[in-house]
Amino acid sequence: MPDVALNLTKQAAEQNVPILKAENLHTWFEIRKMGFFKAGDVRSLDGVSFELYQGETVSIVGESGCGKSTLAKTILGLNHITKGKLYFEGKDMSQFTKEDLKKYRANVGYIQQDPYGALPPFMTVKKILDEPMLINGIKDKEERNKRIREVLEEVKLSPVEDFLPKFPHMLSGGQQQRLVIARAMILKPKMLIADEPVSMLDASVRVEILQLLRGLQKKHNLAIIYITHDLSTVRYFSERIFTMYGAKIIEKSSTVSLLEKPLHPYTDALFKATSDPDAENLKKYKEVPTGEPPSLMNPPKGCRFHPRCAKMIVGKCDQVEPPEFAVSDDHCVACWLYEKK
Amino acid sequence: MGKILLEVNNLKLYFKTTKGPVQAVDNVSFTLEAGKTLAVVGESGCGKTSLTKAILRLLPRNVLEYSGEIKLNGVDLMKYSDEQYRKEIRWKKISMVPQAAMNSMNPVLKIVDQIVEPLLIHDRKMSKDEAVEKVKEVFSIVGLPLDFLQRYPFELSGGMRQRATIAMALVTNPELVVLDEPSSALDLLTQANLMNVLKRIKNEFGTTFILITHDIGTASELADEIAVMYAGEMVEKCHAEYFYNNARHPYSRKLMNSVPTLREDKELVFIPGHPPSLINPPKGCRFADRCDQCFAKCSEHPNVITLEHDQKVQCWLYADKMEVKQRA
Repeated sequence: MPDVALNLTKQAAEQNVPILKAENLHTWFEIRKMGFFKAGDVRSLDGVSFELYQGETVSIVGESGCGKSTLAKTILGLNHITKGKLYFEGKDMSQFTKEDLKKYRANVGYIQQDPYGALPPFMTVKKILDEPMLINGIKDKEERNKRIREVLEEVKLSPVEDFLPKFPHMLSGGQQQRLVIARAMILKPKMLIADEPVSMLDASVRVEILQLLRGLQKKHNLAIIYITHDLSTVRYFSERIFTMYGAKIIEKSSTVSLLEKPLHPYTDALFKATSDPDAENLKKYKEVPTGEPPSLMNPPKGCRFHPRCAKMIVGKCDQVEPPEFAVSDDHCVACWLYEKK
Repeated sequence: MGKILLEVNNLKLYFKTTKGPVQAVDNVSFTLEAGKTLAVVGESGCGKTSLTKAILRLLPRNVLEYSGEIKLNGVDLMKYSDEQYRKEIRWKKISMVPQAAMNSMNPVLKIVDQIVEPLLIHDRKMSKDEAVEKVKEVFSIVGLPLDFLQRYPFELSGGMRQRATIAMALVTNPELVVLDEPSSALDLLTQANLMNVLKRIKNEFGTTFILITHDIGTASELADEIAVMYAGEMVEKCHAEYFYNNARHPYSRKLMNSVPTLREDKELVFIPGHPPSLINPPKGCRFADRCDQCFAKCSEHPNVITLEHDQKVQCWLYADKMEVKQRA
């Protein structure tokens, strides 16, 4: 899979128009004291920049509270952008009119983490899939029905007739997640945002759903942002991997290069903490960095990982924030250890 | 071979529902040596949690049948009355860390008051000060700072709360601790930390664990032996080493093939179909519908067959004890 992946990335780069581009994106949430006085900000996204090309999957990995989901919601336009710019197909999203935003949202599908929570319990499968089309003004009933059938076939919920009148609670976890994917796909989006799509599912179903997403991506040339905390799935599913820590992207790399050698000490720690099924694990202890992720209200000065980092350079890591260093063509890391001398 | 701590024979736990009996645990037998860890793996709904409930006798009201033998140090616990079981076994000899343990603490009690409770209840003569001393000891074992004693559960992070529940399970020095998905709701690094703690407890104090999990990767951190459950039955049980390198039951093999790995490049294959309903499971092998090595005999119920290295498999493929060649 990885070599195909690289080609895809190259191809996309040649076209040279990123479908999504973020420039120094900030999302801060205000904290109020007694409902009126401003007490500070939670900096959930603090200067995130990246580009996403058509046809590629980017995995975003990190622990809970590092800003993964905030990033997803900011891209979806559900959070207010405090600072920075977001471009969709070259157009600045802050200039979008209401109409533009509606069109944009039709172009971006969202796959939620908990499929049962994401589906309205009082609607049938047919209604769930009908609604986005109604909202986006597809008036022809025949056309809508045809599209519903098409999309259900695509996510392999067949025979279609059996599923149409069902309610979400009558479906198994895997089927519910397929329905969520169908709903995300129904308006033929160009981009999907999958926020931990498989973390609630069984191991055997996980692979099935990921392969389904992969198939849809190949077929429709979709760009996918895959948010996960499970490193072991990214290898099978993505072209590039971003690691997030403390509201920042600290490492950007192609999957191949990252799996070969994770550069940032935090990414390395994540790698070491992931257990592969191997009886040898029993005999050794894991290396885990001490401490807990930083508070986003009052992040540490300098590199945000420095209080937990074993390779910390005194006077540098705890004073100056590291910029991004390009180690090779497809691997950037924000860490002073890789500063070019 | 060490001392056998727990021996379970033909354990059955059926539930009564309006649609008929649910065979949540069906004829499960296994033995566990003292100081070892048994990891029970399987898909959701295969009876893993029901097995822990059956061992601890934490039964819901709609139990239809609860039978078999559970021998702890050779004594059959099934002969104990409920009251006797509560007084002498639960939390004294067998304790557990429940699923979603981080949310299972009482939010209005301080941590210390919750953890001393099992000590005070099981030993009426113990004073509270003695009990608090004991809790402090356990806190240092699980790696919690002592000032957490006076806090409330909501003041602790998920990983710390999970450690506190483990402390609660260890405080009475039980012989067996049942861990029901101890790490599934935690972050990657917290999970690795917790596994280190459990591993240290196991190595230093020789505590026996039963680890229930759906994550085969994490199970390998702690397990000496692996048992695979499918549709209420234990279809395979063997030493971890043999399981990870050479699982025998077709279901175990498929399960292994569906696990994504970080370091090794392999093609992932998912298992098509669903597990059967436990209300009216098939008469023969319960995995037959989804098995690609299924043959005529699979319509009869298979027996448990013991292969070399004490590998126990419930599958007709091994019935004539012939070494079956590795099939793709």
